[in-house]
Amino acid sequence: MFTSLSDRLAATFKNLRGKGRLSEADVTATVREIRTALLEADVALPVVTAFTARVRERALGAEVSGALNPAQQVVKIVHEELVAVLGGETRRLRLAKTPPSVLLLAGLQGAGKTTLAGKLALLLKNDGHQPLLVAADLQRPNAVEQLSVVAERAGVAVHAPEPGNGVGDPVQVAASGVELARTKGYDVVIVDTAGRLAVDTDLMDQLARVRDAVRPDDTLLVVDAMIGQDAVTTATLFDEGIGIDGVVLSKLDGDARGGAALSVVTVTGKPLLYASVGEKLTDLEVFHPDRMASRILDMGDVLTLIEQAERAFDAEQAARMAGKVAKGDDFTLEDFLEQMQALKKMGSLTKLLGMLPGMGEMRAQLDSLDDRELDRVAAIIHSMTPAERADHKILNASRRARIAKGAGVEVQAVNQLVDRFTEAQKMMRQMGKRGGMPGMGGMPAIPGMPGMPGMPGAGGKRAKARQKAGTRAAKGAKRSGNPAKRAQQQAQRAGEDAQPDGAAPLDPAVLEELPEAFRGLLDR
Amino acid sequence: MNAAATYLLISFAFLVLVVVAAVAFVRNRRSRGIDYYADTTEPAAERPEKLLGAPPGEPEAPPVGVLEAERPAPVAGRLTRLRGRLARSNSTLGHGLLALLSREKLDDETWDDVEATLLQADLGVGPAQELVDRLRARARAEGVQDPEAAKALLRDELLTLVDPALDRSLVTHRDGGPAVVLVVGVNGTGKTTTTGKLARVLVAEDRRVVLGAADTFRAAATGQLQTWGERVGAPVVTGPEGGDPASVAYDAVSRAIADSADAVVIDTAGRLHTKAGLMDELGKVKRVVEKQAPVSEVLLVLDATTGQNGLRQAQVFGEVVEVTGIVLTKLDGTAKGGIVVAVQRELGVPVKLVGLGEGPDDLAPFEPEAFVDALLA
Repeated sequence: MFTSLSDRLAATFKNLRGKGRLSEADVTATVREIRTALLEADVALPVVTAFTARVRERALGAEVSGALNPAQQVVKIVHEELVAVLGGETRRLRLAKTPPSVLLLAGLQGAGKTTLAGKLALLLKNDGHQPLLVAADLQRPNAVEQLSVVAERAGVAVHAPEPGNGVGDPVQVAASGVELARTKGYDVVIVDTAGRLAVDTDLMDQLARVRDAVRPDDTLLVVDAMIGQDAVTTATLFDEGIGIDGVVLSKLDGDARGGAALSVVTVTGKPLLYASVGEKLTDLEVFHPDRMASRILDMGDVLTLIEQAERAFDAEQAARMAGKVAKGDDFTLEDFLEQMQALKKMGSLTKLLGMLPGMGEMRAQLDSLDDRELDRVAAIIHSMTPAERADHKILNASRRARIAKGAGVEVQAVNQLVDRFTEAQKMMRQMGKRGGMPGMGGMPAIPGMPGMPGMPGAGGKRAKARQKAGTRAAKGAKRSGNPAKRAQQQAQRAGEDAQPDGAAPLDPAVLEELPEAFRGLLDR
Repeated sequence: MNAAATYLLISFAFLVLVVVAAVAFVRNRRSRGIDYYADTTEPAAERPEKLLGAPPGEPEAPPVGVLEAERPAPVAGRLTRLRGRLARSNSTLGHGLLALLSREKLDDETWDDVEATLLQADLGVGPAQELVDRLRARARAEGVQDPEAAKALLRDELLTLVDPALDRSLVTHRDGGPAVVLVVGVNGTGKTTTTGKLARVLVAEDRRVVLGAADTFRAAATGQLQTWGERVGAPVVTGPEGGDPASVAYDAVSRAIADSADAVVIDTAGRLHTKAGLMDELGKVKRVVEKQAPVSEVLLVLDATTGQNGLRQAQVFGEVVEVTGIVLTKLDGTAKGGIVVAVQRELGVPVKLVGLGEGPDDLAPFEPEAFVDALLA
């Protein structure tokens, strides 16, 4: 059962992997798979047709590269085309030169407008703005109350003169909200409107009147990432009805991976600004077409991960860690625990792991992963004495039994943790020796990880073999200072190493992505 | 932040992540089927009375603006009454297909177009191809030429697809206690609205209904349900915001038993099926409710605009709380809700209700014949 576009394409390309040349029949089969995959990912049919036509043309075209095998080439083409469709460039909110700027939110019922209003307000507030939320959804019972609560949580002002539940005129509320902002000095006004169907002409007229009354600097259409083929109709009608400037994708934290994003952007030609990725008010991300394309293609989303990591780890902690590694000290369970606490701040485990390259194929397992795993592992470590945490080698059977009892787990769980930790520690030591700059190619092949798909023999022979392959690839990374060249070398190595069951980490495009990501980090 | 240090930290983080995941996976694999963290506490059993909301059914001093309990419209024939709206939503599908099938000759291109039309109704690749293949075979075998015959053929096949044989009756009656209806779904599909409308349906049938506002997460969700409850004079049991939804559900059922109500409808918070923690919470709501009375219906609310992800939703919710019926909402828009075909087929869970508008009485029982006729009208 494929749950997402990336899983599906990964499967498609698994079949392609290992072929020397791509025949016309291969291309046809691939294109067909891509079509099905895109349709199953809810990309609208017309968009799919146009998309696959382009991919086909390019796949059959004469772009022969010595470094990539044909399958890898197709991945690259699909990726590039996806980026093109998704808008190519990113755009920020458009704010007026003379405040107040007005943002108008529109969309179907249940798309997530009210929640988004709060998230945007918090984002703007953190950027030093003074946002004002305007409750112009007077339709849905208690929508006004909901916005007020959201405003309170975000710590921003709200303008809610009407009780809602069908009472009051949204046009007036919106207009008076802008007026209030002008007099009270709020510099951004976010107008939350009632959800409406694009075919409801009365309500669309009303929305047009709201728009005319507030003259928004940015009119944003909020689209549920789970929406199907209707995305095209809805986006088109909203665009025709009120003229949208941008799109925000909500509920992207589900496993619907936003085929709708492709559709909406294609048919309206309007950029995607933000992606809403969780229920907390901070779960709003700037939308990056290139990252989204990578995510769709199962290349992971390392940039986002890095950004989140930067937010979660403090400088002092980072410096201490760096010093430790420089001195050649070992990574202890105590450090491990500390990292884990920081990780918790970064968001849900599933989300984080999902951003790593090559994880798409394991989505089912990821889904079953509970965030409390962190707590469980933490409980095991907490059940150890400081001495044990500093040196896990002293953990004999009786100590382990005691720890298991203390943490309320079975001894095997403790053993597992210690084994994995030992491997991780080894890995860290290697990193330290190499000056802390291993190639990112090695990253997806960290111990523990290679054994994970399907988990048939974690720690067994196969895992070890693959682990070796990963290490070799990592060494390859050292050979060239040029990231592109490095990627090529690694790609070749990946080919030589004949990957079993196509563990995706060594896709060339992934490699292309990663060194770049880290170069960007180092430039900072 | 020092770049190299950051990089190191991220590497550490990756390792930590991987170790935790590896440990977790192994554990999960070992423990499949065993509920490790099954809630052993006895929630809500001795929860203080104050959790119970003031029964709006018998207001001592009704707040200004609250009207006498409304009398909802009768349920019978609702779908027929609402056919106009459905037709608006589905005309392109029915007409498009008919136009295609009425072409002079049915060539490959026509069939491709038919498939495209079905795909655009969110039917999904599998069911669409299947329907086309069947239509194609029958059209050839029966030598269909005229539009009328094509229409009959199409009606027949569409009907087969929605499967009229499934039992779509809503279990809202139970001997010896209240029938418990649990309303579940992802965020923003219209659970609270459906709960409110369903209460009206039941009140229209002279049932005594208690509503449980077990959505303690979303801001103002409780208030939204209370507004619905007040309109029909159904008491709404609420809990503190951020409280334990299972305890609210438990209290709602207790209240229904104490009031000897006929049914209790419990609204739950929207949750993405990918969030294991929230799904566990939902499982707990059901388990806790079952300590007092069996759950008669678990209704999964699906938004008609939902694409193929709807199937995943139904699967996961099905695994956690055994969904017994689907409520397809927002069918009055341009979306066709074709995903329910796949859901019915894959999981055997029938569509029981459809939401056809924002009006309080726009919830109708799903009738396959009327539905298909509306498609082709």
